[in-house]
Amino acid sequence: MKYQAPTSIEEAVALLSSDPGARVFAGATDLIPQFQGGRPEPSMLVDLKGVPQTGVLECQNGYWRVGAAVPAARLTSHRELVSAFPGLVEGTSLIGSDQIQGRATLGGNLCNASPAADSVPPLVALGATAVIVGAAGRRSVPVSEIVIGPGATSLHHAEFITEFRIPVPARGCSDAYERFIPRTEMDIAVVGAAARIRLDDQGRCRDATVVLGAVAPTVAEVSAAAEILRGRQLAEAPNCKAFWEELGEAAVASCNPIDDKRGTVQFRRRVAAVLARRTVATAARRAKEAI
Amino acid sequence: MTATRTAYKWVGTRPVRHDGLDKVTGRARFGADFATAGMLHGAVLRSPHAHARIRSIDVSEALAVSGVKAIITGADLPELDDNQVEGGEGNATYRDLSRNILARDKVLYEGHAVAAVAATTLRVAEQAAQLIRVEYQVLAPVLTIEEAMADDAPLLHDDLFTSGLDSPPKEPSNIAARHVTSRGDPDAAWEEADLVVEREYFTKAVHQGYIEPHAVVAQIGEDGKGTVWGSSQGHFVIRTLTANVLGWDPGDMKFIPAEIGGGFGGKTTIYLEPLAALLSRRTGRPVKMVMTRHEVFRATGPTSGTWMKVKMGARKDGKLVAAQAWMAYEAGAFPGSPVGLGVMGIFACYDIPNVYLEGYDVVVNKPKVAAYRAPGAPMVGFAAESVIDELAEQLRIDPVEIRLRNAVAEGVRAVYGPKYRKIGLVETLETARDHPHYSAPLGPWQGRGVASGWWMNYGGETSATVNINSDGTAVVMSGCPDIGGSRASLAQMAAEELGIDVHRIEPVVADTHSIGYNDLTGGSRVTFAVGMAVVSAARELIEDMCSRAARMWDVPPEEVEWVEGRAQSVSGAFPPLTLEELAAGSARTGGPLSATNTVNPRGVGVAFSTQICDVEVDPETGRVTILRYTVAQDAGRAIHPDYVEGQMQGGVVQGIGWALNEEYIFDGDGVMENPGFLDYRMPVASDLPMIDTVIVEVPNPEHPYGVRGVGEVGIVPPLGAVANAVYAATGKRIQELPMSPVKVLEALSSG
Ligand SMILES: Cc1cc2nc3c(=O)[nH]c(=O)nc-3n(C[C@H](O)[C@H](O)[C@H](O)COP(=O)(O)OP(=O)(O)OC[C@H]3O[C@@H](n4cnc5c(N)ncnc54)[C@H](O)[C@@H]3O)c2cc1C
Repeated sequence: MKYQAPTSIEEAVALLSSDPGARVFAGATDLIPQFQGGRPEPSMLVDLKGVPQTGVLECQNGYWRVGAAVPAARLTSHRELVSAFPGLVEGTSLIGSDQIQGRATLGGNLCNASPAADSVPPLVALGATAVIVGAAGRRSVPVSEIVIGPGATSLHHAEFITEFRIPVPARGCSDAYERFIPRTEMDIAVVGAAARIRLDDQGRCRDATVVLGAVAPTVAEVSAAAEILRGRQLAEAPNCKAFWEELGEAAVASCNPIDDKRGTVQFRRRVAAVLARRTVATAARRAKEAI
Repeated sequence: MTATRTAYKWVGTRPVRHDGLDKVTGRARFGADFATAGMLHGAVLRSPHAHARIRSIDVSEALAVSGVKAIITGADLPELDDNQVEGGEGNATYRDLSRNILARDKVLYEGHAVAAVAATTLRVAEQAAQLIRVEYQVLAPVLTIEEAMADDAPLLHDDLFTSGLDSPPKEPSNIAARHVTSRGDPDAAWEEADLVVEREYFTKAVHQGYIEPHAVVAQIGEDGKGTVWGSSQGHFVIRTLTANVLGWDPGDMKFIPAEIGGGFGGKTTIYLEPLAALLSRRTGRPVKMVMTRHEVFRATGPTSGTWMKVKMGARKDGKLVAAQAWMAYEAGAFPGSPVGLGVMGIFACYDIPNVYLEGYDVVVNKPKVAAYRAPGAPMVGFAAESVIDELAEQLRIDPVEIRLRNAVAEGVRAVYGPKYRKIGLVETLETARDHPHYSAPLGPWQGRGVASGWWMNYGGETSATVNINSDGTAVVMSGCPDIGGSRASLAQMAAEELGIDVHRIEPVVADTHSIGYNDLTGGSRVTFAVGMAVVSAARELIEDMCSRAARMWDVPPEEVEWVEGRAQSVSGAFPPLTLEELAAGSARTGGPLSATNTVNPRGVGVAFSTQICDVEVDPETGRVTILRYTVAQDAGRAIHPDYVEGQMQGGVVQGIGWALNEEYIFDGDGVMENPGFLDYRMPVASDLPMIDTVIVEVPNPEHPYGVRGVGEVGIVPPLGAVANAVYAATGKRIQELPMSPVKVLEALSSG
């Protein structure tokens, strides 16, 4: 295995184009355990951390630019980012331990293409786009279109993500993420749920996006959520009101889970409904403060 | 020897442990830290199948790889007979032990070692291992006790005939042994009971989960003599097992113990040691072998999964009149589960006149079980303590009270035979009852459970030496690896005897060539048994020093007494001689000051623990959170209370993991699906509240300081305590561990 540390996009693309067995990485917190678990090693590892565009973190022209190789610890300690996207930061902060936080990145979390990745449901809920570079130049793609199945992405060889662009939240808009794990940390989501809620000035729901993780081959959007929640007062704990039930049912309908060592189909469905409600309520509470 | 003194200077205090600084600064050397010049690295090829016949093994391609120095397979180990392994904590015959080290005709679990390679680098060794061609005839795996006991079950061993049956069986089976114990006449006694509860329970195989994977370096010369470095729970026993598996003489190898990063019973047997030793012998070079975490899970001892049926009957006043239990334990691939200890332990807390117990040792296609903290007892504790909780509830008796009404005490005959000597179960129950935790208020979806537990503890063969240096400092040598703070405790007892500062004593764990034989660090025995030998050696030294002083003063020995680290003349006629002075002048008074004592003690103090657990259950997700936990355990006497508390807390945490989330998960082919800490869910620190401890001290009269073992009993009650708490919170009795969110949510939505 050769190690390369390019310092520009061009250099990185050239290296990747020169070797069909080359692979990019950022924190390597997914890659190294995979090698240790016996997955084949690539002939070349291309470290993206030296490419300056992958390290940006700034707010510009109505959107946030978040470099694909910025470590989680930098995101979670960035005050403005935390207040703009508390749910995204919540999801990011759940990745691993302190040690992992120092290395793990959003680019890696997305491109590892695990259905359980914790930062992906919030990224999708926020309508983030990924800026992709490669031999054919640059393109922007919604994050929801990057992962096409467990372990598989729509990126071509020699392509990689340099940064994510996330629209600055509108007035009365906020987000939240919650996952279910049997323990309190160092675990993989059995179900994850992100919500982005926008309230009008009266505190009624104007728009909503709910995205589930770990319940389907890729993240699953609860497409009926906006319709169910629009016009509702949300900033209280989920109760027996019919629309909360409906939201839960819509969440269940969006799931296509599997039985595995981490949970059963039945369990994932039920907990998806619970987390969809809880995370909508949290996002709405935050959104109310942002009116 | 009696525990008469009660005021101590060192015993019962909390000095900084002698090995502490090295451990927190990273200087301590654990198993994998050792390296030596010219060292080769070993790797093991393991079976991908849970059950298969080995048709052939072809190592030629692997041997041809540049850097590969030797490859061994099962055929390279001598064929051994059925002699029982002695001194180890698990039950096994040498024939089976050898086949577990390297498979012969069959592989019996996924991860079973098939061949070992030594090469110049680990990478080469691992790659070469993958080039070994093994032709398997895959057989149907047997993964549960039910499957294994079925009449038409595939057989793991076609020469395994159940022992302990009334008439010897004609056909082989997967049932290795049956253990029966009884007293009174339970069949008749059910009549006397006002209430009978009968239930069935299941638990899963769980791993000890020590943080340090197995690691060893062996260097064996052309003469067959050599040195082995590694961490284990008893280098003398590991040496004997290794030598016997190889057909060598134990005395030819010096085993040097490393610091150990946890064992919990799992490092009382051998896996890598004979492989490294044989590869070293073959190559003439030192060979290092270190397991990965995956290998630890797939190939080293979990403890048994179990299936239990328990029936207990009580009168209206809560007095138990009869109890009956049927227990089957998974042994893993070879016979030797701790079911016998389950039979001993299931009702050991209670004075029940009529009992019938039947235990079965059952082989399945899983790794051979190894000892795990109070082997065999936590599972039966889960069953018995759950049934007692039901009896208490239905009879409207407080759960601590019903246990008090039936608790064993001095003079009561244990179900397993002997009469209890001085024991502290009642005291732990009273402590729990009177603890503020027991009456603290609870909120919605919260519940409280209690459970008690027993562990017998062990004595074992022991030697210890106390040497006085010329500066008056002392070295205390034992041969038992320190897995729980025993060095500090031994130094404290020596300090108490010698009357010197505990930090003027250096406690060390000596290698097999530097001290007499010692049994394993197991059975919670070290502070008890080695403590006895250290105290005796110190007393012998004191006698020696007093007689030297008597000679110097020309007075009879009775005229000299040892007070606070000095020889004093009783009459006051001479100025006292300090330990430093005696040490400095020892050349003129008879040579170095040193004493050795060996002992195989009787008078082991049986241990009991009573625990209170509060949980909160999330009714929407089934998640169980431990809110508060209190342990009252009889330590006899706590020599170093920190390490007693640490043992109590550690046992509880492992028991909570067992109760809530830990389990071996296999796919349909018997391949373990969670061989790592991500999906083998031990509790992490943030999962748990502080585990509150109350050390109860009912001194063991057979020990000079009243010690009884404290390391194991703490893990016995949590399974039942957590289950009873979950019931109190939800109204659902979960009879199958682990009580994972999936299972709890299922229970909540049923009926
Ligand atoms: C102990 C531990 C705990 C963990 N806990 C969690 C958890 O709780 N939740 C969770 O979601 N994950 C968890 N993970 C997984 C992992 O840490 C995250 O997925 C992390 O975000 C990966 O980022 P990375 O930069 O380290 O990825 P890398 O390992 O560097 O890369 C992962 C994959 O993405 C590709 N890649 C990386 N960057 C790019 C890019 N810019 N463009 C294109 N492809 C790219 C790589 O080629 C590789 O295939 C855990 C891992 C460990 C070791």
